[in-house]
Amino acid sequence: MADRVAWLAGWVILALVMVPVALMVTALWQQSADVLSVGFLLEDPGRAGRSGGIAALLISTGWILALCLLVAVPVGLGCALYLSESLPADSRRAQWLGGVLDMLAAVPSIVYGLFGYQFFAITLGLGFSILSGALALSLMVLPLMIRSAEQAMRAVPMGYRQARDALALSRWGWVRRILLPCAAPGIAVGIILSAGRALAETAVLLFTAGYVLRRPDSLFDSGRTLSVHIYDLAMNVPGGMPRAAATAVVLVALLVVLNLLVRRVLRQPMTEALV
Amino acid sequence: MITTSSLPLSDRLLTLVLRLCGGLAALVLGGIVVVLLVQALPFLINEGAGIWQSTWQPGQGEYGMAPMIAGSLFVSVLALVLAAPVAVLLAAWLRYFAPRLRRPVLAGVELMAGIPSVVYGLWGMLVLVPWINQWVPPGASWLAGSLVLGLMIVPLALLVTDAALGQLPLRYQRAGEALALSRVGMLRRVLLPRAAPGIVGGVVLQFGRALGETMAVLMVCGNVVQWPDSVFAPVRTLTANIALEMAYATGDHRVALFASGLLLIAVTGLLLMASWRLRGVSHG
Repeated sequence: MADRVAWLAGWVILALVMVPVALMVTALWQQSADVLSVGFLLEDPGRAGRSGGIAALLISTGWILALCLLVAVPVGLGCALYLSESLPADSRRAQWLGGVLDMLAAVPSIVYGLFGYQFFAITLGLGFSILSGALALSLMVLPLMIRSAEQAMRAVPMGYRQARDALALSRWGWVRRILLPCAAPGIAVGIILSAGRALAETAVLLFTAGYVLRRPDSLFDSGRTLSVHIYDLAMNVPGGMPRAAATAVVLVALLVVLNLLVRRVLRQPMTEALV
Repeated sequence: MITTSSLPLSDRLLTLVLRLCGGLAALVLGGIVVVLLVQALPFLINEGAGIWQSTWQPGQGEYGMAPMIAGSLFVSVLALVLAAPVAVLLAAWLRYFAPRLRRPVLAGVELMAGIPSVVYGLWGMLVLVPWINQWVPPGASWLAGSLVLGLMIVPLALLVTDAALGQLPLRYQRAGEALALSRVGMLRRVLLPRAAPGIVGGVVLQFGRALGETMAVLMVCGNVVQWPDSVFAPVRTLTANIALEMAYATGDHRVALFASGLLLIAVTGLLLMASWRLRGVSHG
């Protein structure tokens, strides 16, 4: 009897989560229906975003994402190699570094924004620019990148390591010829997850990459990402709602594609890396 | 005995570079704290007591953050109260009552976890705020913030709970079945209590995430600096305050915002340590 009730109650709880999500999808779709078209992706925005499309923002977003990964991926791989190859998992230093990474992952993104503003934009003199934004963002995605790459490297079978020792392979040879190729799928997943996290982020970029709507001329120009555009149109531009919703649809579509990509690489849910 | 000096040059270089990368991660955390401290310390020494006051009037040199600290706490606590039971019960239900649904729902939930917070905020502005407004104006309120935040917390809380339940030995379930316990009884008496530390540890971590969340809360809470007198009153959180005022703040005002950032790091750091303790993770 109790089990029957619980079984039914579960459906109610599931509905509590699914109904708001369905409402979100329909609301975004309705708002953006008149605006969404291929032209929306190809035109530059006009009148503070009330007219036109999002071409300039796609360019800024692409630059910021590319630079962010350009910094986060090599440093992340280095740190992951250090954790998985130079330190035993239960050593004091590995646990300590793991704690630091957890702390970094827990720092609120607005604080990364404050830090990036003070350090990159002011102290280093980069100003409100694509470069400041990308650097601040790369720090934010670093823990995720490191953790997923480390997981992939630790999963390389012990037998390979024993064979390496028996053959007295050089460390560099081992890393380049065996470890990285074996861990490549997991590392790819880490990169895709980091890209998704970077695309979704807004608060870090408000005072680092800035708000400027036109196409950036150089990396020292301010540039607005899709997520900042959604925020600005929704909050500060009267009549901006349809284009905010349309931009949100584009952004979510991009993230869904990344998610499907992860699934393809892994062929199983990526639960651990997300938690 | 292999010593470092006998390794080829490329290997010595590799070791050095890897150490540097490891050190860099630690340096970033240290750097964030130091940069914020350097900015905020003189202010904290001179006016540190003032931030606990109730009046936020940067124009008149009054930097009382108490209503915004309360706003952050209220919004996050209500979000957690709404989301945690939903997430925990749903995770348990998926594992023990509807295992065939578990895979597809978890996949959907992972997708939800990746949706940007601005999009959740936009949804709040489009649907939730007008809906609450019909009921009790003005709509943009503590409740709206907690509902949006709650929806954002559910996916990760659910994944954490699912992982905690998955780590329980299968023999508990087998023993329960052998004793012909009802599944509800088994969950309530055996499985959930057993997994409780992991679940609570994960939920505490989500509380930290809720406190640090900026965009969604900024878009739906109304952003009035006040002590809310009901869940329908607008509030402003610490994070929203930073996002709203950093663009034009100067002098002490700007420094006060850095001080609130420092407060946010301190609180999320403490919550993380509490979560470590609960989950039995040791970090040296």
